Amino acid sequence: MNKKNGTRFSYFPGCSLATTAKENEQSLQYVFKKFGIELKELEDWNCCGSSSAHSINSDLASKLISRNLSLAPQGIPLMVACPNCLLRLSQENLHLKNDEKARERFIRNWGKPPDTELEIIHFFDLFERMDVSRKIKTLSEKPAGLKVAPYYGCMLARPPEMRHEKNYYGLMEKILSSMGAEPVKWGHYAQCCGSYLSAVRPDAITSKVDAIIQDAVDAGADCLVTACAMCHLNLEIRCSLKHPIPILHFSELLSMALGAKKRLGGWFSKHLINPRPLLRSKGLYE
Amino acid sequence: MGNQISSDIIHINRCDNSFRDQIVELSGENAGLCFHCGSCANGCPFRDLMDYSPNGVLRMIQLGLRPSALECSTIWVCVGCNTCAVQCPMAIHIPAIMDSLCQIALAEGVKVAEPDILNFHQEFLNSVERYGRSHKLEIMLRYKIKKKNWFEDLAVGLKMLRKRKLHLLPSRVKNLFELKNMFRIKKQGVRL
Repeated sequence: MNKKNGTRFSYFPGCSLATTAKENEQSLQYVFKKFGIELKELEDWNCCGSSSAHSINSDLASKLISRNLSLAPQGIPLMVACPNCLLRLSQENLHLKNDEKARERFIRNWGKPPDTELEIIHFFDLFERMDVSRKIKTLSEKPAGLKVAPYYGCMLARPPEMRHEKNYYGLMEKILSSMGAEPVKWGHYAQCCGSYLSAVRPDAITSKVDAIIQDAVDAGADCLVTACAMCHLNLEIRCSLKHPIPILHFSELLSMALGAKKRLGGWFSKHLINPRPLLRSKGLYE
Repeated sequence: MGNQISSDIIHINRCDNSFRDQIVELSGENAGLCFHCGSCANGCPFRDLMDYSPNGVLRMIQLGLRPSALECSTIWVCVGCNTCAVQCPMAIHIPAIMDSLCQIALAEGVKVAEPDILNFHQEFLNSVERYGRSHKLEIMLRYKIKKKNWFEDLAVGLKMLRKRKLHLLPSRVKNLFELKNMFRIKKQGVRL
């Protein structure tokens, strides 16, 4: 597709995409390659600390994140693949902007002042900037007729200090519609997937996850699509419904529309709920 | 309702505000603003796993009921999904208050209501200390060993291994010295 812009972004994949959600990472890379966007992985990035660090050790959480911020090259927007990492990184950056003591600590730790003007974005922002929905309308291999329940999880909810920042609600629906897919209206689109409670309280989270997926089924969805690799994992491993519907990464569906046919098999083999029969029945997979 | 709340009379004219102020100092959030509309309790997806509602915990802070707030399960069950924070009409960042309470509980050696959740957090951070990134297979194995529950999730674990979703080897940071340093300094402070 268009190679003219070749825009550069630094890229923070996060632990999930680097390990358990390789199919998410690979399909995301596929999409950006197709759009001529060059991603440069943040050199030697570390875990953002996830929920565990800020729960039991705020100081450590702040250090783990600020190391990543200190590694980001100046003047190049930092694109983050995981909504949880994104929240941690942008919250810390906001904190550094507003708190002089935090800035002093940053300088002490990393030997340079923080770049508080650093633009930290989710890949959804990129899709919006590139006007993906308009570009996709011209494509041929659209997943037309596929009924999709777009699942945002907690990525729509942010701390009060960030409530005036841009919200992503509606973006998946917009892009899905432009693909010819049908986003269904349903109630559980922003229900939290359970995060680490999935590991600690499997039974409790199973009933929550079942309720989420059942709601999508009742709304007539053929599949769910997630924006977050952890949501994807929790929905897949905790679903105990007799007839579950497939859970796709949003990046996989987008890749399908962009012609990733030959790659799909490798990605789908990592799914616990096999999406192939559904896609075959819709003529979207051989 | 447990302990202090039902068994003792709470003298509101003798409320101790120092607890509330300590939380303001740590989290930047003022629990005193809460007027108990109950939006957080209604919206919380995990309310049924908690002993007190989120605003119940804020009430304990308002009344200076230190032990009740530090010993409850709510502060550990909260995953910080921010659903309550979005719904709160007073714009209180409730998850930040829960985090502060967990950290005070740890620093003071209070009996933790949800040892499994703490165990998970510790194993997660141990993994980050070892590799700079989280290694899910090892976190889960160590977590289950400590919990002495080998068979829970064995089936799903094997399925994930077969699908190569769980990796045997961790993804690592090169500058591990820098990472370990962060942890060393911290351990002298709050007891992990």
